[in-house]
Amino acid sequence: MSTSSKIMDADQVRRAVTRIAHEILERNKGVDEVCLVGIRTRGVVLAERLRAAIRQIEGKELLYGILDINFYRDDLNIIKKQPVIHETLIDFDITDKKVVLVDDVLYTGRTIRAALDALVDFGRPSSIQLAVLVDRGHRELPIRADFVGKNIPTSKTQQVKVSLQESDSHEDGVVIEG
Amino acid sequence: MMGWKHKHLLDMGSLTKDEIGLVLETAKSFKEVSSREVKKVPALRGKTVALLFAEPSTRTRVSFELAAKRLSADTLTIQSTNSSLTKGETILDTALNIQAMNVDLVVVRHQASGVPQMLAQGTKMAIVNAGDGCRAHPTQALLDMFTIHEKLGSFSNIKVTIVGDILHSRVARSDIQGLVTMGAHVTVCGPSTLIPIGIEAMGAEATCDINKALKDADVVMGLRMQKERQQESFLPSVTEYVREFCITPERLRLAKPKALVMHPGPTNRGVEIAAEVADGPQSVILEQVTNGIAVRMAVLYLLLGRKSK
Repeated sequence: MSTSSKIMDADQVRRAVTRIAHEILERNKGVDEVCLVGIRTRGVVLAERLRAAIRQIEGKELLYGILDINFYRDDLNIIKKQPVIHETLIDFDITDKKVVLVDDVLYTGRTIRAALDALVDFGRPSSIQLAVLVDRGHRELPIRADFVGKNIPTSKTQQVKVSLQESDSHEDGVVIEG
Repeated sequence: MMGWKHKHLLDMGSLTKDEIGLVLETAKSFKEVSSREVKKVPALRGKTVALLFAEPSTRTRVSFELAAKRLSADTLTIQSTNSSLTKGETILDTALNIQAMNVDLVVVRHQASGVPQMLAQGTKMAIVNAGDGCRAHPTQALLDMFTIHEKLGSFSNIKVTIVGDILHSRVARSDIQGLVTMGAHVTVCGPSTLIPIGIEAMGAEATCDINKALKDADVVMGLRMQKERQQESFLPSVTEYVREFCITPERLRLAKPKALVMHPGPTNRGVEIAAEVADGPQSVILEQVTNGIAVRMAVLYLLLGRKSK
């Protein structure tokens, strides 16, 4: 029997994004040279929200890009359904920038591995940091997040579902199923 | 969006509207890769692509080679002049030998129609048709369509006029099939001896009147006289062809003011197209070449970038 429990509601998501925005500013002592890169699809939405939050706090506009990591996946030969490729849009030079990668859920770490490989093809950032809304554990690679909305202990059989208004036309929230 | 289910790309007739849409959408993402400082992604790392070209080619062969390399696949080229094809080996034997070396995909060009189909049936490798006789040249059609869609944003209510040697043109056949599938209007124009009988059955309109053909066109495409395929005399003289059908600046004014000028290359300036037109502000001939790499990357990715059977 499958169960479903709500881990974060819309207010909690909003507060987590605001807190991460503050943490990014604190860690980087402002916004100089900081840019955001969202991983498709929900990472892009979260990066846009972080950008808006930082604009409110600091009154400054961050550079921001969109990354599709499918070219860099390590499982193209294994997965059954071929991923549909979407455009990567990073129209600025990331060399010597502090890049904050943004994604919704951190799980095995393989998506982030692919994103790191993709980013270094674009240039040599001075640092790459990672912001995620949810860290659900079960890493298969030595990767950790710098900014986490919420740590959620899960079992591998469970599914973590993030909904965001812009991408899912459904109220913000995080649910665990299974 | 639906997935891709083909193992081979042999012609445009086997692709649905959705499948053509998927190739064009995927190509959009790959176009960005070629504009990077590091023009390479690892999507096809470890795959091997053979380019088997029994007919001369610059653009198509180089374009496929760069497309494969920018996806991190390994490539090898076999051309008829420097291979055992000159010693009497059949193309199927050559292909089976390539297969024995664990090549994953063969891009094939051949003067005889149907050779790619034969290799698809006779080998286990994925086959991409890079032009067979007068029959099909699907990646050229896809890059033409990508360019049209990128520039005009749509295929509906678009009039595409193709002028030249339609009879011997695999590009024209593939373009007609693809464009008609996507909902564009296609008009072909040329001397009556160079318009194949029954072309209307493919959904194109045919005329020998260049003025009528060009009127209000959104896209004007010139095609070369394929002298190597013309086994009899189709024209009184080149001079007469130029007088009747060459796309000149004056004739281009019959088309819409911002009509795109296209040509699959190689161009014979002053024959099927005037130099001022080929090099003019409406020409997207070199952009077609740029887009060719993105489209071929998309095709190779869709055919190879997944679990092998």
